[in-house]
Amino acid sequence: MEALLEATLRLAAPLLLAALGELVIERAGLIDIGIEGTMLTGAFAGFVVAVATGSPLAGVAAAAVAGTAVGALFAAFAVFGRVDQIVVGTAVNLLALGATGAGSRALYGGAPPSAPTLGALAEGPLAELPWLGALVFAQTPFVLAAWALALAIGVVLARTRPGLRLRAVGESARAADAEGVSVPRVRAAAVLIGSSLAGVAGAALTLAQSDSFTEGMTAGRGFIALAIVIFGRWSALGVLLASLFFGCATALQFRLQARGVGIPYPVFLMFPYLVTLAVLALATGRARAPADLGRAYAREAS
Amino acid sequence: MSEALLALFSGSLGSLAGWTATLRETAPLLITGLAVALAFRGGVWNIGAEGQLLAGALCATAVATRLWEGAPALWLAPAVALAGAFGGALFGALAGALRAARGVSEVISTILLNFVAGSLVALAIHGPLQEASRAYPKSDPFPAAALLPSFGRVHAGLLAALLLAALGHALLYRTPFGFRLRAVGLAPTAARFAGISPGRMAVTTLALSGALAGLAGAFEVAGVTGQLYEGLSAGTGYTAIAVALLARLQPLWVIPSAFFFGALEAGAAAMQREAGVPAVATQIVQGLVILVAAGASIRRRAGGARAEAG
Repeated sequence: MEALLEATLRLAAPLLLAALGELVIERAGLIDIGIEGTMLTGAFAGFVVAVATGSPLAGVAAAAVAGTAVGALFAAFAVFGRVDQIVVGTAVNLLALGATGAGSRALYGGAPPSAPTLGALAEGPLAELPWLGALVFAQTPFVLAAWALALAIGVVLARTRPGLRLRAVGESARAADAEGVSVPRVRAAAVLIGSSLAGVAGAALTLAQSDSFTEGMTAGRGFIALAIVIFGRWSALGVLLASLFFGCATALQFRLQARGVGIPYPVFLMFPYLVTLAVLALATGRARAPADLGRAYAREAS
Repeated sequence: MSEALLALFSGSLGSLAGWTATLRETAPLLITGLAVALAFRGGVWNIGAEGQLLAGALCATAVATRLWEGAPALWLAPAVALAGAFGGALFGALAGALRAARGVSEVISTILLNFVAGSLVALAIHGPLQEASRAYPKSDPFPAAALLPSFGRVHAGLLAALLLAALGHALLYRTPFGFRLRAVGLAPTAARFAGISPGRMAVTTLALSGALAGLAGAFEVAGVTGQLYEGLSAGTGYTAIAVALLARLQPLWVIPSAFFFGALEAGAAAMQREAGVPAVATQIVQGLVILVAAGASIRRRAGGARAEAG
């Protein structure tokens, strides 16, 4: 039980970080399916910089910067150019897949080295405390950062002026505009912040869950993060719980797999995507998305 | 650098082998490009052409190597194509039904179904469809009667693809269904007031789009590889999105657009073989083409606004 919870928290962290990023973006009224590519770019940038400098923290910073840069590309086209968000997201995903794949072959020729990783928060007696050890001290900083961010984003969205503006832009861009809020500026800011979180989520894969980069290694986690935002009903607490659910499902999958219960391997590969589909089919309908989600906003000519 | 560009050219349009490779790559891109263009025109974001293609290839292989492998060519080849279209349509309709009945965004469901289809292929070729010798995770080779007729190394699927582009054009602009599809895509609310059920249209459009992508999958196994294995499609269904957008979602323009990306794929493969430039770099070009095509639409809009103001 303790081990299962430990694995749940560990596996949920990258999903939670990416989903929080997508949450910020969607509450401002945009759907960013490029979150998958943003995460992949963060994973690659974090890995490259951590290998080059020997510092995993520098890698995390690079992942955040790379994520923000991808977000700037998305915002330039989807917010300022008002190009359809699905189209821009698709382009971002293709670009990220191509650029990181070609980059990794160019740099490492198909045999990437090991990156220095961010280990557990504390070792020794603290990590051996019952429950608290496995659930807090044995976890990587990514896990704690993800929880802290979930709390912070929840409070900022619900209780602060910038959070109110962000939600206003997502619910009714026109009304927010009439109130004097700059819709493009708020949306662009949301995309940059959310994308930096997705970048860090990628780094959690290369600098904590593994120590290496492989082509397309996000393997749809960004898309699962999109589903988590829906399942979590566009709230920070909901997103936290939904990502724990997915972390737990993945942990259970690994356990069953390790036990070798005679289920063919591809069934396990399918599992997270089938769970996501099932959850979406059961969860949506009741949940309500931000009213202006996915709509480009153009001020009417006056 | 020059060596790489030379390989890119000779591997696509600079030699006979290059031309056949280009046309072979063009066929699936044309059909899946059409699939995506029709869906997008109907306001349905089918990002699942990849999975629908794989589902089609899977069903086609089941018919060709297990269910009806002894049938005569006159019956088997069409049955294989139909099975492919059926498999793709099934995957498309599933996403459509999830949207119509449960409000699940087809953007996400079609993406997730891509992963499911990939795993189903893996499951099949490690299990029920694995070759008789059980040596490798791949299907038995197709019986000769199931293979598409080919000219040199270009299979008849290319001809079918060209025909489908013309049919797609006619469907979109010359039939009541095409009118309804465009109406839902352009003005969903107005279409609803005109009595068109958006849910039913989503299911139909996704099934049709999926059928096309599934057909492309059947043509790949019956025309190019002659058997099913993992990695059958290296992102054809995603490239299809770039194909459709470059064609500005016009069925007839999908033909040159697919040819362009086909030449790019063929050339990139040669570039990787001969100059060691990773072929994944073509995805960068695909992403850039989408953004450039999108950028052109921004300029058009800006030009239009200026014209109105002036």
